[in-house]
Amino acid sequence: MDEPKVLPTAARATGCPYAPAAELYEMQKSEELPRIRIPNPMIGEFEAVALTRYSDIRSALNDDRLQMGFVFDPDAPRTMLNQPGNLLNYNGAEHSRLRRMLTAAFTVKRIRALQPMVEEVVAERLDALAAEGPGVDLVTEFSTPIPTQVICHLLGVPYADRADFQRRAKVGLDINTSREKQIENLAELDAYMAELVAAHRREPGDNMLGILVRDHGPELTDDELVGIGNMLLIAGHETTASMLSAGTALLLQHPEQLAVVRDDPSAIDGAIEELLRFCSPATTMPRQAAADLQVRDQVIKKGERVMTSILVANRDPDIEAPDLDTLDVRRPPQPHITFGYGAHQCLGQQLARLELRVALPALFNRFPTLAVGVDHDEIDYRTTALVFGVNRLPVTW
Amino acid sequence: MKIEIDEGKCVAAGHCVMVAAEVFDQRDEDGVVVLLDPAPPEHLHEQVREAALLCPANAILSGGRDSAS
Ligand code: SF4
Repeated sequence: MDEPKVLPTAARATGCPYAPAAELYEMQKSEELPRIRIPNPMIGEFEAVALTRYSDIRSALNDDRLQMGFVFDPDAPRTMLNQPGNLLNYNGAEHSRLRRMLTAAFTVKRIRALQPMVEEVVAERLDALAAEGPGVDLVTEFSTPIPTQVICHLLGVPYADRADFQRRAKVGLDINTSREKQIENLAELDAYMAELVAAHRREPGDNMLGILVRDHGPELTDDELVGIGNMLLIAGHETTASMLSAGTALLLQHPEQLAVVRDDPSAIDGAIEELLRFCSPATTMPRQAAADLQVRDQVIKKGERVMTSILVANRDPDIEAPDLDTLDVRRPPQPHITFGYGAHQCLGQQLARLELRVALPALFNRFPTLAVGVDHDEIDYRTTALVFGVNRLPVTW
Repeated sequence: MKIEIDEGKCVAAGHCVMVAAEVFDQRDEDGVVVLLDPAPPEHLHEQVREAALLCPANAILSGGRDSAS
């Protein structure tokens, strides 16, 4: 088998899967912006300018001249990177138009109102863990089902369809899956989503697709609704699942920090921010220059691709906070860019926070003696996928 | 402290509401920021500054020439 491909801006340290590779810190120190080769199954290998400093990335992600670079092209085959309705395929006014239709469903108020539903989903999963007994894999029984069930609930996906749904999302995010396989996988997902959209057109449900059809039905094509559904599904579950399993594995290796998450409700919000910063599940974010622009005194030329490393930027020693390589859940709020920055900053971030805030303390309270069921250095981390995570996490108590 | 917001820039990420709910809210229809108090009292200034820092779209302008006041 071929060596698994790793994005250079996502490379993890040999000793610690949570830490950026030494090369990334080297790039960060270098005054010159490096141009590196990026493997990609969709468009082949390409060259990109690597941005690794926190301040460079913040201003770059907020600069209109840097665009998403994968604008929807109706004549090209449908892939994850080429979808109508997917916010990541739009820039400028077109992007705002679509995003505005979606934001009503994601206000802080609306998300807070989802808390009882999330609590119910979490309680169900805790019972499922207890029923399976020690040795159970936390990823399949807890971390993945929680965000999947939440997003299925929000999209109105029937319970029976969830397993297929989950599998297709996973394939879509694996950079080692071939282009043909990706296209085929997405076609299945599209077909499924199209049926769901048709059902909501007939009778808009009491959920996100329903709200969209009711409020903006005539402005959106069926194709756009399908793309929106796919985007919400993919963005809504893989990253949160990753935070739940990688965050749990991390806390189990830092019992004094875990105790804070378990026992101090007043510290939970800060703790979640620190976990988000430290794990950086969406490790890199790509852009493309629509016009020449300058980063410090260097020019990124129109057309050049840019790859930002959120992973190393979140630990940039230039940030005025002590020792960002240490996990410290009591750290004063630290502005991280785990959800990106600028106009494309994650739409679902408050939902992700809610899920983490409900699920993690509940897990540690229900199983106070929770422990990883293998040696810590045998935990099977997913370090090559676009989203960092854990493949399997057997736990005991 | 005087606050101004740029609705056109707002991406409805909700950070402002999370850190300073007395000063910011979001419109129900589209999540765009609503300024509840353009000149908030002293004890809220720190939160407002944090909101401006966290806002991913630079939609909150606080301080400037007013920062000394
Ligand atoms: S933090 Fe900024 S982008 Fe987010 S809702 Fe407030 S003003 Fe809008």
